[in-house]
Amino acid sequence: MSGFDENLLDEADETVRVRFVVNGRKVACEVAPRETLVDCLRNELELTGTHAGCEMGACGACLVQLDGRAVHSCLMYAVQADGARIDTIDGLSESGVIADLQAEFHRRNALQCGFCTPGMLVNANELLSQVAEPSREEIRDALSGNYCRCTGYEAIVDAIDAVAKARNEGGSAT
Amino acid sequence: MSAPLTSLDRPNSYIGRSVPRPNAKRLLAGRGRYVSDLKLPRMLYAAFLRSPHAHAKIISIDIERARALEGVHLVATGADLAKICTPWTGTLDHFKGMTSSPQLPLPLDRVVWAGQAVVAVVAESRAIAEDALELIEVDYEDLPVVVDIDGAREAGGPLINPGSANNICFRSQLDNGTVDDAFAHAAHVVEEEFSFGRHTAVTLEPRAIVADYDPAAGMLTVHHATQTPYQFQDLYSRHYGIPEARVRVIATDIGGSFGMKLHVYHEDMAVVGLSILLGRPVKYVADRIESFVSDIHARDHRVRARMALDAKGEILAMDVLDLTAIGAFSTYPRTSVVEGNQVIRLIGAPYRFKNYRASLEVIFQNKVQTSQYRAVGHPIACAVTERLVDMAAAKVGLDPFAIRAQNVIADDAYPQTSPTGYRFEALSHQACLKRLHEMMDYDALRAEQAELRKRGVYRGIGIAAFVEITNPSPAFYGVGGARISSQDGAIVSLTPSGEVRCLISVTEQGQGTEAIISQIVADQLGLAQEHVKVVTGDTEVTPHGGATWACRGAGIGGETALRAARALKRNILEIAALILQEQPSALDIIDGEVVDAATRQQRLPIAEIARIAYFRSDTLPPGTQAQLTVGHHFAPQGYPFAFTNGIQGCSMEVDVETGFIKVLKHFIVEDCGRVINPMLVDEQLRGGIVQGLGAALFEECRYSETGQLVNGSLADYLVPMPMEMPDIVIAHVETPTADTELGAKGCGEAGTAAASACVLNAVNDALTPFGATINSIPITPAKVLKALKRF
Amino acid sequence: MKARAFSYFRAATIEQALDAHALVGDDARFIAGGQSLVPALSLRLQAPRLLIDITHIGELRGVRREGGFLRIGALTRHCEMLSEPLIAEFAPLLQAAAPFVAHPAIRNRGTFGGSVALADPASEFPAMTLALDAEIEIAGPSGSRRIKADDFFIDLFETALQPGELITAIYVPLFKADQRFAFDEMARRRGDYALVGCGMLATCAGDRINDIRISFFSVGNTPTRVKGAEATLIGSSLNSERIAAAQAALEGDLAPPENDEVPPAMRLHLARVLLGRLLGRLGESA
Repeated sequence: MSGFDENLLDEADETVRVRFVVNGRKVACEVAPRETLVDCLRNELELTGTHAGCEMGACGACLVQLDGRAVHSCLMYAVQADGARIDTIDGLSESGVIADLQAEFHRRNALQCGFCTPGMLVNANELLSQVAEPSREEIRDALSGNYCRCTGYEAIVDAIDAVAKARNEGGSAT
Repeated sequence: MSAPLTSLDRPNSYIGRSVPRPNAKRLLAGRGRYVSDLKLPRMLYAAFLRSPHAHAKIISIDIERARALEGVHLVATGADLAKICTPWTGTLDHFKGMTSSPQLPLPLDRVVWAGQAVVAVVAESRAIAEDALELIEVDYEDLPVVVDIDGAREAGGPLINPGSANNICFRSQLDNGTVDDAFAHAAHVVEEEFSFGRHTAVTLEPRAIVADYDPAAGMLTVHHATQTPYQFQDLYSRHYGIPEARVRVIATDIGGSFGMKLHVYHEDMAVVGLSILLGRPVKYVADRIESFVSDIHARDHRVRARMALDAKGEILAMDVLDLTAIGAFSTYPRTSVVEGNQVIRLIGAPYRFKNYRASLEVIFQNKVQTSQYRAVGHPIACAVTERLVDMAAAKVGLDPFAIRAQNVIADDAYPQTSPTGYRFEALSHQACLKRLHEMMDYDALRAEQAELRKRGVYRGIGIAAFVEITNPSPAFYGVGGARISSQDGAIVSLTPSGEVRCLISVTEQGQGTEAIISQIVADQLGLAQEHVKVVTGDTEVTPHGGATWACRGAGIGGETALRAARALKRNILEIAALILQEQPSALDIIDGEVVDAATRQQRLPIAEIARIAYFRSDTLPPGTQAQLTVGHHFAPQGYPFAFTNGIQGCSMEVDVETGFIKVLKHFIVEDCGRVINPMLVDEQLRGGIVQGLGAALFEECRYSETGQLVNGSLADYLVPMPMEMPDIVIAHVETPTADTELGAKGCGEAGTAAASACVLNAVNDALTPFGATINSIPITPAKVLKALKRF
Repeated sequence: MKARAFSYFRAATIEQALDAHALVGDDARFIAGGQSLVPALSLRLQAPRLLIDITHIGELRGVRREGGFLRIGALTRHCEMLSEPLIAEFAPLLQAAAPFVAHPAIRNRGTFGGSVALADPASEFPAMTLALDAEIEIAGPSGSRRIKADDFFIDLFETALQPGELITAIYVPLFKADQRFAFDEMARRRGDYALVGCGMLATCAGDRINDIRISFFSVGNTPTRVKGAEATLIGSSLNSERIAAAQAALEGDLAPPENDEVPPAMRLHLARVLLGRLLGRLGESA
């Protein structure tokens, strides 16, 4: 890789080409360096399932998986993700990996307006991939950065709890 | 008490069944369609320069450098928009004597709160628009700032509105019975001053709007994240002079609302004007920092109240003064005085005393406006009443349950009129109290509390009874001259394939409107729910109605759907009767099949009726015109409001060294009349309670002495998060209203109404051994430690 | 809330990163996890012309033993503090503090070096470098150096880092069998910045404390060691009288700032309560 070229400074407003693997597909797009990953996903790639709630990492609505880990897409620039694998709610839905979580959220009505839901699901998916059977306290802790104004959280905790138990028993939550 | 059985209670009825919301699947897959997601051809983006001063004269505005920036299409000031938009005033006629200054999208010469939008920029991206904001220079001259209630009331102090005599927006008084006499002869009097901090709705999706004016068609389309599209259709039409039929407001998915998104915001009005000026779609999504300084706030009350009791603990009278500060304007079109008005009218509501006096003073100040947010006034009225009841119980030597059992209006004593003049059809305080006592295992909780106290662990137990206002009639806004409908409309059609589509004016914010409407329609028509499609939120498609506010979706919208569905069923059976050569009354519909009413024997699928009516009308008797689309409107009559009631309980632990509070468990027994979908009702209660707990323990818009909001970000304004919130136990009592066939009342605000009162009582209960009391919300560690004199 | 325009450069080596910074000067900023920097840019509180991304520099990664120290690469993510066995064994205080650092998704991206470099006085890790007597390895235009944590934190968001320098690793003395630690904080909500927080590392002989380092955060302009309190404990065994003396000494050690929500006297009170509780736990872990 070459070193720093000072001409770069004159091109702050110019877009640069970045490449990711988004939801399993190779994607190239032109972004300004100042464009956050969430804005890039929503505006350039039209993946509007990822939401922007606070743009400062305090609400969890914008969570996506970056190389397999949940991160706030409002707390990084798209250029930083060049070369990374990104999975959004759209891809997680299509691949079916969170189908049981989605079904249980639906059955238990663990959402109302739905704006926090994609972030909740990304985080729930991460939790269950790390802790086989989290306690309710551990579930609440894992969601401690995911804001929901509608539900009061209990149904979300119930749904994740039910899916964790079902996964351990090798069945479906319902 | 349970509801008498009706046709709604038959086996397999959809009424009373916890079915999941059909439309939630989209949201779970990330396929929501929020206004903030919307992208239209030619669309531009707006941003606003905001006042850094809480009160100042605008001396000059220099927009030249901003206008010259590449990518900027328009920079507009107050004067530019005033040319095309008429001003609005946030007063209503039935609030006698109230005043408020006229408002424009952007100010002409004066700013009245820090964060007020001053200049609009429209550019090719939000980022470029923000770049341009940095190039605008506004010269201000500071004016004296009015921040707190006392400052605003000071004689000879600074005035918010030049030319006015004082900073009073509205005064109101109630005086019923013989209050002075009751206090003079009381065995016990308890008195306290309460304060309630400002808080705000913090919907996860901030306010969002895309205004799209097509000059060729003379047509304005506004994609607006609101609960009340018809209200905005009317307002955009009237203030911009566009015929109503050429204004279309579309409210699709919305990321939370809670009352906050039914008010007129200056930016939203400006965006409509910007689109008209440009002839292009203009999008504005408030960012989180803007939300905190421009969304309406709520509460901000200081209440002094006293209660008189006889020697046995019978409540004799209450006397109340409510001071509330609302910002520099009264909000349009619903005003900013409704909360205070409801505070003084809901105080004491569960109890049967007759002597009541209250004064309300609504005051201007240099802050963003307050207005209606979930449970308008209820949490304040409830906290004041219930804390005084607990104080009285302690004084008389009664248990909190006992004093309430003694004083609530008896379940068999209805109808009743409250000391404040509200007419109650039927409430169930006694049944709710009894149920809560069992559900909390109250005696065991008290025993555990006593045991733990010996070990230095301080638990608190609190309860709070409440009354909630739902299903409002025109008495709420209509009589004051507001063009806000209390009726709703539904259009129900049998489709050619035999399915049913219902277009209805009530709107969906995630509470499950579409689900319960489809349950009601399916139930009444005899169809599977999946064969009913409900459409909401588009003024061009759905009939005019009040939409969503004051807990009216189920009670009024549901009744509208019920009656529309019954009308359609009559029409379907008329055609079926012609085809089958039967009397309509001999037929019924079950599971999408026309059957013999008596034997339930299947005769004909309704899909076949639809096919014949739409495609083979030639086979029907001459003169038959099948009416398979039915429109119906329903306006509530009878009682002006359908009041509901309930009681909440809370168990918590106070760390007396740190002042930290841990809510251990919360309980509610609630009576919203007929329950259409128990799961959805429970989730409304849970969500509402957690908003109330947030208010009780965490949330407050804190201002500096110069009127700057000091915690206006999601990192600094503490909303309730999962780790700190308890599990919530729920039970129901059902007392349907007889004013409708359905019997449903509202439930969306019940949780918020009493949660903070419950917490307040529980904290004070925990602090009893120390003789410490707290009467200020939110209850922060600082207030607890202060009360305990720990620092 | 959109950042002002900037240019972006992804450095492959420390040298490239330093060169780029040297060329651009004060208008350049290094970005690692970015969990604090990105919001600051979105709010336009800062507006650098150039962001130098250091997250792809291999030399800044990895946790390994080096002499009597654990060398923790600057890019070690907060979540690795919880999952890395070497941290659990040789720097358990960091592992104990990690769950309190913001929320899981922030911990997946935020870095140890970034947190120390920012020196937020309300953050857990900078304060723990003080308790651990850690050394901070810095690379800059004039070469590499190591500096004691005690000498690193200077004032509010001000450290010994000179313009154009970056942290390459943090060296933590290996945890020993005769050592005990304790950590806790008081935050309104899980993951919030604490009203007050504290971590401590003690070297003990039976009941007797031979040495102890106690560091507070959210109490002033910098992470703060409380040497007065430490002095009351060293050479004594932990008993209620010594704990009370340590608590009393905090008044001289701490000078909490004015704050509308947490007045100085309240913060001092909370610090005393927290210190008492942690020393109690330290005693129990004997």
